[in-house]
Amino acid sequence: MTTAITILFFGVAYGMILYLISVGLSVTMGLMGFVNLAHGVFAMLGGYVTVTLMNRLGVPFLPSLAAGCVLVAALGFVLERTLYRHLYGRSELDQVLFSFGLILVSVAIVRIAWGPLAQPIQLPDYLKGQVTILHLTLPAYRVALVGFATAVISGLWFVFDRTLFGARIRAAVDNRAMAQSIGINTSRLFAGTFGLGTGLAALGGGLGADVLAISPTYPLDYIVYFLIVVAVGGLGDIRGPFVAALAIGLADTACHYVVPQAGSIFIFAFVFIVLIWRPNGIMRRR
Amino acid sequence: MATVSASPIVRSLTSSVIVRVLKLLPWVAVAALPLALPGYEPLATQVFVMILFALSLDLLVGYAGIVTLGHAGLFGMGAYTASILSVHGITDPIVTALCGMMLAAVTGLAFGVAMLRTKGLTLLMLTMASAFLLYEIANKATGLTGGEDGLQGVSFTPLLGLFAFDFRGRTAFFYSLAALFLVFTFVQVLINSPFGWSLRGIRENDARMAAIGCPIMRRRIIIYVIASALAGLAGALQAQTTQFVALHSLSFELSGNILIMLILGGSGRLYGAFVGVPSFMLAQDQLAKQDPANWFLGLGLILIAMVMLAPGGIIGIAERIVHAIKARRRP
Repeated sequence: MTTAITILFFGVAYGMILYLISVGLSVTMGLMGFVNLAHGVFAMLGGYVTVTLMNRLGVPFLPSLAAGCVLVAALGFVLERTLYRHLYGRSELDQVLFSFGLILVSVAIVRIAWGPLAQPIQLPDYLKGQVTILHLTLPAYRVALVGFATAVISGLWFVFDRTLFGARIRAAVDNRAMAQSIGINTSRLFAGTFGLGTGLAALGGGLGADVLAISPTYPLDYIVYFLIVVAVGGLGDIRGPFVAALAIGLADTACHYVVPQAGSIFIFAFVFIVLIWRPNGIMRRR
Repeated sequence: MATVSASPIVRSLTSSVIVRVLKLLPWVAVAALPLALPGYEPLATQVFVMILFALSLDLLVGYAGIVTLGHAGLFGMGAYTASILSVHGITDPIVTALCGMMLAAVTGLAFGVAMLRTKGLTLLMLTMASAFLLYEIANKATGLTGGEDGLQGVSFTPLLGLFAFDFRGRTAFFYSLAALFLVFTFVQVLINSPFGWSLRGIRENDARMAAIGCPIMRRRIIIYVIASALAGLAGALQAQTTQFVALHSLSFELSGNILIMLILGGSGRLYGAFVGVPSFMLAQDQLAKQDPANWFLGLGLILIAMVMLAPGGIIGIAERIVHAIKARRRP
C-alpha cells in the first residue's frame, strides 16, 4: 500500500516536471512545425541559473526559479528572432542538425562555465525532510513541487483557454493561413509562444533540479523523454502532453521500483506500442 | 562502313573502361597507405568502418529521406552479435560478420515495420527510442553483454584461415578496406537501379509516387532493412578489428556523430561519407584530446553555420564552386 502511494506520488511529481518542460515543445512544434531537439537546453539553463543563484548567492528558492524562468524566456525570445525563424520552412533534417548544433554549443558553454560535474541543488530548510498529510509521510520537496507545478499548469491552461493570446495560439495551430488572414500577427505570436515555452522549460528545469540532475549532458540525456511526451501527447496540444507526461512519469517510476533490473526497457517498449496503436498521439483518433 | 559505325561504341567502351580504372585509383592509393604511413593502420581501419556505417546511413537520410537518430542501435546490434558469438566459440570473422548483418537486418525489419508508419517528429522520436531500447537491454543483460564494462575476451580466428589479426593491424586494415569496397560497389549499383530512383522519388514527393503506383511503405521498409544490415556489418567489423565491444556502440552519441559525419561531407552524394568521416575523425583525434568542451563548441558552431549558410556539406560547397567556375567559363 505504502509502496503504491510512494510510486503514485513520485510518478506524479516526475510527470509534472516532464510536462512543464515538454509542453512548450508541443505547442511550438504544433505552431511552427519546428523539430526543436534543443528544447532541453532551456530546461538545463533554467536549472543552472536557479542552482547557481541559490547555492552561490544565497537567493531564496522561489525568486531563483523566477529569475531562471525570466532570463531563459528572454534568451528563447532572442534566439527565435535571430536564428530559429530563418529555419521554419526548411527541411526536417536541417532543423534537426541546427538544433543538434545548438545542443553541442550549449553543452560546451555550460561545461566551460560550470565544469563537467552535476550541480546538486541545496534545498532550503523548509523543503528538506518529510511532511505528513492524511497519515502519509511524504518528502516535503516533492509535495511543494507537485503543489507549485499544479498552480503553474492551472495558470497555463487558463491562458491557453480563456485569454486572447491563448485563442490566437489555438487559431494558428489549427490553420495558420486563416489566422494570418484574419489579422493575427503570427510572426510575433511565434516569438511570444517560443519565449513562453522556453520559460516554462526553465521553470521545469529549476523546479526539477532534484529529479533530473543538472549537468552539462542534460539536453542529451533527457531529450528522448521530452520527445516521447510530445509525440505520445500529440502536437500543438496542451492536454494530451499532460496525460502523456503523467503516464510516462508513473510508468517509469513504477518500473524502476517494481522491476529495477529492467530499468527503462518497459517505458520504451510501451511508447512503441502506444504509437503503433495511435500514431498521432493518444488523444487523437485520426 | 562497319568500322565507322563501330568506332563510337569502341570509343565509349574504352572511355568507360578508362573511367572505371580511374575510379579504382583512389582505392589502390588507399591500399598502399600502410607503406606510406606505417603505424596509422588502426586509425585508418576505424575510418573505413565508420565510412561504411555512414554509407548505410546515407541510404536512409540522403536517398530515402528517412531521418534517423537511432542508427547506432543497428551498428551495436552487429557489434554485439559478432562479439557474443566469438565469446561462445564461433570465431570465424566472415561467419560472425554475416550473422551480425542478419541480426541487424531482422532488428531493422521489426523496428522498421512499426516505425515507418509514422512521420516527422514521431518517427524521429521512435528511431531514437529504438536505439535507447537496445542500449538499455544491453546495459541490463550483463550476463550476455558485460553491461557497462563492455565485453572482454573477444577474439577471432584468422581471416579465411590464413591471415591472423595482428598487433600492427595490417589484416584488419585490408579486411575492412575490402569490405568497404564491396559495400560501396553494392550501394553504387543500388542507388542507380530503378529501386534507387524510386527512393529519391519517395523522398521528394511520396504522394505522387503513391499516385503512380509505387508501394511506398514496402520500399521504405526494404531500404531500412538494407541499411540496417550494412550498419550491422559495420558494427561487426568494428568489434572484430578492435576485439572489444562496449555500450558506446549503441549510444545516442554515436547515432548523432555518424549523422554529423555524413552531413559534414554531404548526404545523398555517395562520396559525402568518404569526405565527412575522415575530416570528423581526424579533427576529433586532434581536438578532443585537449578539451572535449572546445570540440563540442567548434562542432556545434560548424553545424549551425552549415545549416544557415552552406547546406550540402563539404561536397556541396565543392559542387557550388565547380558550378561557379563553369558558369564563368561559358557565359
